Amino acid sequence: MSGALPQGACDSHCHVFGPAARFPYAEPRSYTPDDAPLEAYLGDEVLGRVRRVLRRPLRVMGRFVQALPNNWKLYVENVKDTYHASLLHAFFGTFRITRLTQGGGVLVSPDGGHHASTTIARADDARSTAYRDQGIRSEKEQYRLADPSLLDAVDEFGDGIQLQILTVFPGFVLQQISNCLAVRQVLPKGPSAMELHWTYLGFADDTDEMRRRRLKQSNLVGPAGYVSMEDGCVGGFVQRGVAAAGEALSVVNMGGEGAESQETRATEASVRGFWKAYRRYMGQ
Amino acid sequence: MLAERVTQLNAAYARAIDDDRLEQWPEFFTDPCLYKITSADNYRRGLEAGLVYADTRGMLQDRVAALREANIYERQVYRHLVGLPAISADADGAVRAETPFLVVRVMRDGTMDLFATGRYVDTMVDEGGALRFRERLVVCDSSRVDTLLAIPL
Repeated sequence: MSGALPQGACDSHCHVFGPAARFPYAEPRSYTPDDAPLEAYLGDEVLGRVRRVLRRPLRVMGRFVQALPNNWKLYVENVKDTYHASLLHAFFGTFRITRLTQGGGVLVSPDGGHHASTTIARADDARSTAYRDQGIRSEKEQYRLADPSLLDAVDEFGDGIQLQILTVFPGFVLQQISNCLAVRQVLPKGPSAMELHWTYLGFADDTDEMRRRRLKQSNLVGPAGYVSMEDGCVGGFVQRGVAAAGEALSVVNMGGEGAESQETRATEASVRGFWKAYRRYMGQ
Repeated sequence: MLAERVTQLNAAYARAIDDDRLEQWPEFFTDPCLYKITSADNYRRGLEAGLVYADTRGMLQDRVAALREANIYERQVYRHLVGLPAISADADGAVRAETPFLVVRVMRDGTMDLFATGRYVDTMVDEGGALRFRERLVVCDSSRVDTLLAIPL
């Protein structure tokens, strides 16, 4: 790489090499890197969570870009935060797509950089009044859909996990919300702007019924998503808020100080894991 | 005469949205229908996912209800400028038209942005004397959306 980086910037590109036995190098060559396969970077646990979703040949169903008025790390924190989703997003709470009273947990990679959070429906949550009793905004009692076909989900992976959000450090997201599959790539555009590149996915062998189900459920995500539109603006709210308090700091140790995998999503373990990895890569 | 009816429909549609009479928006469609917001790139490649995808009037009503009751976003309004439709009538009695549009988004603090440009690719049918959209594909020229798209285009 040539040219000087701007002050305060860091070169964040990385390489995946090999395995050389499968992808042989050209002769002659001046440089032979050690194998650095993607599988090793992800680790077995996260790799298993990736393969759980990306298990058959894929079909791209659409691509969109969402320009967000905030630093890229604010978006990554949002995705890593396993706690806010069912409190902020009325669609998640009301229609019980993900709630903290349901089963599941958060997996954090040993170095903290990657994570996967999961929600598993529980029979005893179907009538849980915990959200309503506490007046949490995301459960709206009178709120009903005129056409509930949007919520017609099937357990296509056969494991009861109805939501899995997975990140790979620094800026890759793999999303399974019911049958709505997508990859989101975080692209920094300066200190206070970023782009989120959405790729909506299905499988090449999807039936027409499944294809239509995914198209309907895609209303949940993306720049106009019932859920994701809210994530599109909250980063900007925070960006504007912190601009007025550059030297101030506050710390919330929700769930302690560690970044280990947990059986609950009421924790910030995966957010802390991100910052541990970020500081290490930045040499701090 | 047909051009006049299509133009009137487009004008009424844009006014309903820009005047915040969103509850009337589903009435511009047949039931079932197809309303989809996509990009020129997806449209050209035949990729069928949309930013918004509704195939019943009920799904359109749900969009409006979500904006009114469920979703959190900054208050904003649109100003649609809708161009002249290029019309072709079909053998089955349906009317096809392609109409360019431009939408300015005005935020509560007064910020005005050119939010979207593109074309409506429409199929319309007469229902009891009223022309309605059986299909309205909103094909945006750009694939990029600033922050979020809440109000329909």
